Amino acid sequence: MADFNANIPEGELTVKWTKLRSSMPLVNPANKRSIEIVVVGSGLAGASAAATLAEMGYKVKCFCFQDSPRRAHSIAAQGGINAAKNYQNDGDSVYRLFYDTIKGGDYRAREANVHRLAEVSANIIDQCVAQGVPLAREYGGLLDNRSFGGTQVQRTFYAAGQTGQQLLLGAYSALERQIGMGKVEMFTRHEMLDVVVIEGKARGIIARNLITGELERHFGHAVLLGTGGYGNVFYLSTNAMGSNVTAAWKAHKKGAFFGNPCFTQIHPTCIPVSGDHQSKLTLMSESLRNDGRIWVPKKKDDPRKATDIPEDERDYYLERRYPAFGNLVPRDVASRAAKERCDAGYGVGVSKLAVYLDFAANTERYGRIEATKHNIHNPDKETCMRLGREVVKEKYGNLFDMYKQITGEDPYELPMRIYPAVHYTMGGLWVDYNLMTTVPGLYALGEANFSDHGANRLGASALMQGLADGYFVIPYTIGSYLSKELATKPIPLDHPAFVEAEASVKSILDKFIAIKGTKSVDHFHKKLGKIMWEKCGMARNAKGLTEAISEIQQLRKDFWSDVRVPGSTDEFNPELEKAGRVADFIELGELMCMDALNRNESCGGHFREEYQTEEGEALRDDVNYAYVSAWEFKEGISFELHKEELKFENIKIAQRSYK
Amino acid sequence: MSTGNMNLTLKVWRQKNNKAKGNLVDYKLSEISPDMSFLEMFDVLNEQLINKGDEPIVFDHDCREGICGACSMYINGRPHGPKEGITTCQLHMRSFKDGDTIVVEPWRAKAFPVIKDLTVDRTAFDRIIAAGGFISVNTGNAQDANNLPIPKLQADASFEAAACIGCGACVATCKNASAMLFTSAKISQLALLPQGQPERYRRVQSMVAQMDAEGFGNCTNTGACEAECPKGISLENIARMNRDFYSAKFVSEEEV
Repeated sequence: MADFNANIPEGELTVKWTKLRSSMPLVNPANKRSIEIVVVGSGLAGASAAATLAEMGYKVKCFCFQDSPRRAHSIAAQGGINAAKNYQNDGDSVYRLFYDTIKGGDYRAREANVHRLAEVSANIIDQCVAQGVPLAREYGGLLDNRSFGGTQVQRTFYAAGQTGQQLLLGAYSALERQIGMGKVEMFTRHEMLDVVVIEGKARGIIARNLITGELERHFGHAVLLGTGGYGNVFYLSTNAMGSNVTAAWKAHKKGAFFGNPCFTQIHPTCIPVSGDHQSKLTLMSESLRNDGRIWVPKKKDDPRKATDIPEDERDYYLERRYPAFGNLVPRDVASRAAKERCDAGYGVGVSKLAVYLDFAANTERYGRIEATKHNIHNPDKETCMRLGREVVKEKYGNLFDMYKQITGEDPYELPMRIYPAVHYTMGGLWVDYNLMTTVPGLYALGEANFSDHGANRLGASALMQGLADGYFVIPYTIGSYLSKELATKPIPLDHPAFVEAEASVKSILDKFIAIKGTKSVDHFHKKLGKIMWEKCGMARNAKGLTEAISEIQQLRKDFWSDVRVPGSTDEFNPELEKAGRVADFIELGELMCMDALNRNESCGGHFREEYQTEEGEALRDDVNYAYVSAWEFKEGISFELHKEELKFENIKIAQRSYK
Repeated sequence: MSTGNMNLTLKVWRQKNNKAKGNLVDYKLSEISPDMSFLEMFDVLNEQLINKGDEPIVFDHDCREGICGACSMYINGRPHGPKEGITTCQLHMRSFKDGDTIVVEPWRAKAFPVIKDLTVDRTAFDRIIAAGGFISVNTGNAQDANNLPIPKLQADASFEAAACIGCGACVATCKNASAMLFTSAKISQLALLPQGQPERYRRVQSMVAQMDAEGFGNCTNTGACEAECPKGISLENIARMNRDFYSAKFVSEEEV
């Protein structure tokens, strides 16, 4: 078995990171110049890591499948990024961010990692502002904040509804600067298709040039994966079309354990599915829940228009069930509550799989404030709404426009219709405190790892984690590995391990083309997505999961005998790329169901119907399941479970309550 | 799989690779739903091509919500199609009529060579950014973010310029295939912020030099770029870039 030790530093929680950072072995500048690092992925985690490592003097090669590093899917993050700055003087602190994140994750994350995340959160904001990221400001010139779910302070920094875009472009600029200086070699339209492991250590990758189809070998003293999450296993998700698990899955098959694969985030506020043609789902930022109130009619199958339903015939079910947090409960709680109402027959819209997100009350409230500012006394409702709309437009304009474009309805006039959709995956490659996987020299950063969000991620924490890992964690922690690698000379690319890895990649690609079956890759992807959504989605049970496992095994057989991939391997062939990704998703899907079946409890986004309280809340089993599932891949596609016990020494583990 | 009732004729640019000669090919599509996005309509077409044993059409796309900047179709003579303020992936079939003929081509510019079908090479944009589209601050060098107050209006103006998604519609629509709007947006974002001042004049000179080296054309103030930009990036940015570019000539060598 590979090394399976979380390597959490000794000492008090609050000093673990500081002490480790000061005692970490260093690599001197002259030696850094001869050390090569491969970074796969150019999103927040990959770009920030590649740029920072190059600034420090390492030789970096960075790979992305997109045509430019600026298009990594981090770009689509909307709402914001958390940081324990306490600029609003509302009682925020590193401890409170740490506590909220552990509790939000339903006590299934590692304390030490989360505390470090909270510690470096403030540095991220400083770094981004220094880079020229135009975060939202108040008239006094200082940074503005807003609220996100699962917290009672305002610690979320933002740039309209485009925070991910602005942060990524900051990291991209830093990366391009290093590329311009010749310190990072960038490989766009390249997809990593295997990790090369030599004598137990990661020593490079096999990448496919997506334009020419050529397979390339790249050496690295260490390999970093910042390759994002695997939400597209569900086919329909808020992820970009190209987001995939392939790099992480290849690493898994080369010995990296996969942590908590079944922990999936279903985001409560997405635009509902409109038909079979749908290729992806669009998120409406959680920031909308600052001002939007969620409700359904009190009457089943109410045929009336939303605006015709009087106030006392509406059920603001989140405010009713969770008075303390109201519409700002964490995502898993809000999603389940929406599903509960719709399943009970109170859903709205044509499909009845939607609830209302209504801005009318707050629009009027804003309008009243504006009226007072403009010395309009006793304004009528119409005036308030008109003035309020301007305020709402400034806060959420781009989101409202996006909604209108997709649905054809005007959210300034009618409430939005929303429904939960797959958004993020808390699970990922298992890593130790240093972000190293169970393969020495192979690291996983950002959404690609499992580390910080437990069973549910709080809003505005993904951007924080991606940049924390890339800017402020890996640049230090990698030193402890690389300082022992100074004597390792670059391994020649004709080493048998490189030759063998390339040959095995080639044989898989050739096989896809050779099958010449009858069904497109998308056909299989949609089928997989349907199984996953119905049986391993928002609610799961043992019967469904058992069925799903055998259905997925059958689907895998069908795929490998009946898929049709047109074209050839030696050209630009997006269908071939998709085939590889879907093949990996099918294997992952099976593991996700196994993990969900193994975890006989409900926690965070993992809701097993058999395990719930009388009020329908998730019922954890801390005696038997306070562990990270870390799965080891075995030849012939089977998986062996290892457990990393979670110790809560600083937070009293308790039933999560947002009431 | 489709559920609608629109019938369409598509004329799509097919080109095997960057050396092959391309041409427009006709495709008939039926039962298209008005709720589909333009790219979902292409998904339907590609599924049909695959089922017939033909090669599907290659086009760039990723986020499908208008922010990654990957999609890049030139539709009926306009980048991103007939509607304003959106990208191709945000265009829906309800913007077309039953029976329409739609011509779809790749971006056309010397600096954006076609790779295959509707996909072009836009790495020239990355090289322009690498030439100076950044603030030289290494990780760990930053002061507390609120130590540098920035007037809201200035920060907002910087954000407006920073909203560029690098899709290249400005180049595709420009009769000179100029990249001035793209380049000036990044220059303006940083020139409007106090953090951007130390490198302001060096930045404008090196980015403009790279833009010229890539083979983009000049600006003749037609304004098509602004009109077609899905993110509403303003022509004012070009004016600001030109001002800075000329000012840089009066700043001593040392300061630049």
